Amino acid sequence: MLEANGLDGRSLIRRRAGLRLWLSAGWLGLLAIAALLAPWIAPHDPLAQDLFLGRLPPFWMAGSEPGYWLGTDSLGRDVLSRILHGARIALIVALVAGSITCVVGATLGLLAGFLRGWVDVVISRLIDIWMAFPPILFSILLIAVLGPGLTSIIIAIVVIDWTRFARVVRAEAMAQGAMDYVASARVAGRGRLGTMMREILPNVLPTIVVLLTLEMGIAVIVEAILSFVNLSISTDDPTWGGMISEGRTSIHQAWWVLVFPLVTLFLTVLAFSQLGEGLKDRFDPVLR
Amino acid sequence: MSFLSIRNLSVRLKGGPPLLRRVSLDVAVGQVRGLVGESGAGKSMIGKAVLGILPPSVEITGGQIVLDGTDLLTLPPKERRRRIGATCALIPQDPLTALNPSHRIGPQITDRLVDILGWTRADANTRARALLEEVQIPNPDRVLRSYPHELSGGMRQRILIASAFAAEPKLIVADEPTTALDVTVQKQILRLIAGMQARHGTALLFVTHDLGVVSKVCQHLSVLYAGMVVEDSAVTDFFAAPRHPYSAALLAATPKYTDPAAGLHPVPDAVIDAVRAEVAAFDAGGR
Amino acid sequence: MGQCRHGVGMAFLRLLAIRLLTTAITLAGVAVIVFVVIRVVPGNPIAMMLPPGATEADIARLSALYGLDQPLVTQFGIWLGGVMQGDFGTSITSRQPVLDLVLGRLPATLELSIMALVMAVILGGAAALTGTRFRGGRREGAIDVANGMALSVPDFLWGLVLILLFGVLWPVFHISGRVSPALDLPFTTNFYLFESLIRLRFDLWADLVAHMFMPALALAIPLAAIIGQLLKQSLKETMNLDYVTLARTKGYGETRVILREALRNAILPTLTLVGVQFTFLIGGTVIIERLFSYEGLGNMAIDAVINRDLPLIQGIVILFAVIFTAVNLIVDLLYAVLNPRLRHA
Repeated sequence: MLEANGLDGRSLIRRRAGLRLWLSAGWLGLLAIAALLAPWIAPHDPLAQDLFLGRLPPFWMAGSEPGYWLGTDSLGRDVLSRILHGARIALIVALVAGSITCVVGATLGLLAGFLRGWVDVVISRLIDIWMAFPPILFSILLIAVLGPGLTSIIIAIVVIDWTRFARVVRAEAMAQGAMDYVASARVAGRGRLGTMMREILPNVLPTIVVLLTLEMGIAVIVEAILSFVNLSISTDDPTWGGMISEGRTSIHQAWWVLVFPLVTLFLTVLAFSQLGEGLKDRFDPVLR
Repeated sequence: MSFLSIRNLSVRLKGGPPLLRRVSLDVAVGQVRGLVGESGAGKSMIGKAVLGILPPSVEITGGQIVLDGTDLLTLPPKERRRRIGATCALIPQDPLTALNPSHRIGPQITDRLVDILGWTRADANTRARALLEEVQIPNPDRVLRSYPHELSGGMRQRILIASAFAAEPKLIVADEPTTALDVTVQKQILRLIAGMQARHGTALLFVTHDLGVVSKVCQHLSVLYAGMVVEDSAVTDFFAAPRHPYSAALLAATPKYTDPAAGLHPVPDAVIDAVRAEVAAFDAGGR
Repeated sequence: MGQCRHGVGMAFLRLLAIRLLTTAITLAGVAVIVFVVIRVVPGNPIAMMLPPGATEADIARLSALYGLDQPLVTQFGIWLGGVMQGDFGTSITSRQPVLDLVLGRLPATLELSIMALVMAVILGGAAALTGTRFRGGRREGAIDVANGMALSVPDFLWGLVLILLFGVLWPVFHISGRVSPALDLPFTTNFYLFESLIRLRFDLWADLVAHMFMPALALAIPLAAIIGQLLKQSLKETMNLDYVTLARTKGYGETRVILREALRNAILPTLTLVGVQFTFLIGGTVIIERLFSYEGLGNMAIDAVINRDLPLIQGIVILFAVIFTAVNLIVDLLYAVLNPRLRHA
């Protein structure tokens, strides 16, 4: 009786979700192109210092220098060039750390949820222990142990965030495993591993894709946080978090050093998250 | 003199098809009117419209609901709510979901008396106790302190009936009050409602799909099909000789306790086609 | 009745026993992992403590003093034995007992977290109630959009945005520290916010709040969005239930129906999820305290990592783990207390 109205609202939500999806994908695509072409499109060397050009304001303000569109930091490095090069590091971390975390976490979750028994007991207990760690402190600790560098950051993200995937995928796999089609696949003679890969995994895959998108946003943030506490790559490399950390200290003298990387980071995190939410709506036939 | 008088009430799904088609009916003071029809015919919708609890997806497109001489639809929402609360009550369909699980029974009966009608807490409690005795609930003091989940379905329906009569309303809408209950309990509850109605002299709008129930409780009935009143008769006349072919078919389709061997006669397709044509002609004639 | 209550009591005790046992296992796991991870830290912390020019012998002597020359298992045994007696070791950098240092900073972090929780509940609750009251309208749409934004961006970024807005553009709040350094604090505990209220020192209280407001708000925004979303969904489902419809016929206004009939039943499903989210909030204090130079546990933890102060790191991580598991335990118990079905089953 209420279907007509329900459908109306639903198509509206769907349209809004579609817009959100395209905007997010658009921003991330732009960022990817900028990251790929950074060495060619960046107006300056992101590491070149020139103390005579320190703290130049962005182009529309008095005292700006042509060619330094978004101004310079206290060491005279070009903010725009550093943001473009920072996008490379951010996106590498997002893609690599996100994917490895996804594979590790989803595998463990799938095994725990489908095999049950002692495998589940061990993995669930591990998840509990991991949940009792303050994640940011844990990642800072890991970087201290592993030493700074891109690889360390990626390892730290994988070690900390695998539980995000494992928890959700375990619950989903358990729910799917209880369904009749799984039982009939088993009756039809499929092995345990075969059932898991051929019957359970495809049904859990949409959830995994959504989580992966969200995880990429989280990875970008973690990298920024680690750069912020000066534990990331190295203090010289252009990272958004490092720029924000520096901008925070000179906020009253040169706000642009903080604002531009912050806006870029904000939009990127928002885009990953909105992309994930949009995909969730797309995948979910009954719209949650 | 009628306490409730509905005139040409039209209701539709927002941006959708009509659910009620110029419905008119009266409920006289102290009288019982049955509302009969198959599911989806709009019988519950009438009760909801009177009590102002139509779902948000539904809108009233025309007509009047005159309660005690005032058209409710012309009143501002706040005043309408207050007036309905002071003079009307609902006996809901499903006793299992109609009591708030996190409040005790006592306050759920007395809240209207205290909050809306300004009784003292003590008076309201005395009243609630007396009502529970009237609906034959043993150990009323204990029940008043209980939570809903501690009581059986039949017990909860008695409580809801007591609660409906608490403020001595002039009109009660009973929305299929026995449908969700066991057959054994149904009869007791029906007798209870009829007895309470007679003692308190309350007008009753009784929504049901069961003509057997109508014959026991009601004086008048309206038969609905697709949101249209196809017959409005006194109960005695109706059972003697239904005027509309659809009502006649409905009556024939009702199993008779006296003659179960007679079997069921589903409403014939010809009758359905005829009444559908009638609805279509009505729609074409303008609302 | 009495017997029935007795049965519930037994079930409750059993639940509690099981929960305490799994909590103990979790904490033991945390202790082992931290212990192992920080023992492989490169860079000798002892060498960092000594002035340049110290001899190998000096380093060895000091390592022995802190037990760092023993095998890993022995070190863990010694440490665990100490923990059992309330001795978490001595900080390498400040040479004070770890327990004293950690407990000295704990109140600052607790006050910040609780302030943030209160803000999140107020903001999220208001959003959910407004959204429910005006459901289907423009106001609900606006609230949904705001919730979606707040949820998508983590506390760290909100902190930076707040610093820009209320620290620089319109400087109304402090963006650094816990209290103005010029103020004299006549306090006996480190619960400054609480004690200033008890002592009726509202001038100090106002200064503390002005410092705490922005870090607390940054922590509160994502949690407020979660509360707002869950509670609104739960409220809207409850608003369609029969007992709410029945209450409407009694003459109550919409607001009153939401508050009295729907709210209490809608809160329960939200509560457990908020419990988990609150532990995430406490975890977030680490970076937020750093961002706002707030002298709490998290800020101390980052310094401890930078200085390779192993005993202190260990103590802080364990304390965080204890807080997280305690919060989860409390939420479970609260759920049992608030749910009449469990209380009077």
